[in-house]
Amino acid sequence: MGKIIVMTSGKGGVGKTTSSAAFATGLALRGFKTVVIDFDVGLRNLDLIMGCERRVVFDFINVINGEAKLSQALIKDKRIDNLSILPTSQTRDKDALTREGVEKVLNELSKDFDYIVCDSPAGIERGALMALYFADHAVIVTNPEVSSVRDSDRILGVLASRSRRAEQGLEPVTQQLLLTRYDPERVERGEMLKVDDVLEILAIPLLGVIPESQAVLRASNVGMPVILDEASNAGQAYLDSVSRFLGEDVEHRFVTPQKKGLFSRLLRRSA
Amino acid sequence: MAAVSSARQGADRDGPFQLRGNSFTMMVLKVNDPASPDFFTQLAVKVRQAPNFFRNAPVVLDFEELTEDTPRFDIAALVTNLRALYLLPVGFRGGPRPVHEGALAAGLTPMPAGRAAKLESAATPAADPQAGAAPIPAPPPEPIYRPALLVTEPVRSGQQIYAEKTDLVITAPVSPGAEVVADGNIHVYGALRGRALAGVSGDTNARIFCHSLEAEVVSVAGLYRVSEDFGNDVLKKPVQIFLRDGYLHMEPQ
Repeated sequence: MGKIIVMTSGKGGVGKTTSSAAFATGLALRGFKTVVIDFDVGLRNLDLIMGCERRVVFDFINVINGEAKLSQALIKDKRIDNLSILPTSQTRDKDALTREGVEKVLNELSKDFDYIVCDSPAGIERGALMALYFADHAVIVTNPEVSSVRDSDRILGVLASRSRRAEQGLEPVTQQLLLTRYDPERVERGEMLKVDDVLEILAIPLLGVIPESQAVLRASNVGMPVILDEASNAGQAYLDSVSRFLGEDVEHRFVTPQKKGLFSRLLRRSA
Repeated sequence: MAAVSSARQGADRDGPFQLRGNSFTMMVLKVNDPASPDFFTQLAVKVRQAPNFFRNAPVVLDFEELTEDTPRFDIAALVTNLRALYLLPVGFRGGPRPVHEGALAAGLTPMPAGRAAKLESAATPAADPQAGAAPIPAPPPEPIYRPALLVTEPVRSGQQIYAEKTDLVITAPVSPGAEVVADGNIHVYGALRGRALAGVSGDTNARIFCHSLEAEVVSVAGLYRVSEDFGNDVLKKPVQIFLRDGYLHMEPQ
């Protein structure tokens, strides 16, 4: 049986899709059969980030409505064998997601895949609820600023009350924090919340801290999950996070400003 | 959820008095045969069994069993004798007209007829004078016990928890944007960052306790204070919040 992971945040624009793409790719790199599903019906983005937008014929909603078979809608990643993408519809809206339909698709996927990564839309409405309802694990994507933290807190409350595991009284959904767009220098200047500030409010384990990085935008534009850019901080931070997700003990990096080299220190002194 | 009013606080607290409704539990002494020579001796035996329980206890005299045919008796003397046993008759109910008038003349308040709680059975052993040899302390009337509502998970933004007719105990933080509400006290063994409303049904004795006060709003029995008005002596400190003299007090612990 595959494990269902939801990438969620409440707030928009914090990096759910980037993280979903990176995380699913990371799990596939580690040898797990992984599929990543776009739940943002009507605002289809995941296919762009994954670089498969020109191969979309059928989508998630077609499968829910019985207009296509799952195998027709699944897109195999060209770079990594174990990775598939289930894109969503750009023309429909969130009402197309029915609980029975989503359940049917997830059940079918969990027979073949080890991990099913659900890329949630923003908000706490139908799309987000459907993305998190069947989850076994939740990765809460949060930026180090107060509104994102508050919305993440809200979504944690929703997970604890309106997920399938909560409604059926099963073991609760495990929750981990992925702190994205973290800029240690701005944190040091007091312009951003510290990791500890966020953890104090959300009170869930830290899965990883992804530093603010130009590599993310660069990767998005070329349709490559940033985790494949192993030279970048962000890529390395996602690799670390995947390792931690799989239970490995990896030290957190990129949480303090990088030591200034002799050259930049000299420059600063003369300035 | 709570009827929060600061206007009321302003109207009442400056005046020389406050008028408020309240309800009290009182013993009812059912008077079946006031002329019986054993009336006070048996009552004295009963009182001796639980002297602390009966001492200065307010009592309502129940004359409902009496009829027009009941021989006349001196109500003022009855009151005096009861006081000698450290019972404080405060009211009466029922009884034929002459008794009614006598009770009013003796300064007792007519009470509405009601259903008695089963206090009598709690002190029943006293009815048997032989069993009365070994004093058994009569337990006070059992309060109807409602266990506190215990919450062990963090209370998240947007969540609302209401402890109806009881206390609320939270062993986790309360997030900004969350609301915790109780008819009784609220205890937060963690940071209180949301809204906390205690005594929402009007219990002015309710209190709020928290490990770290970072709340948005706190309220006891409708009197509230917003975080803007918290002093630095209480902010982010363990604090107890309660009403005294119509004011909301916040005391660092």
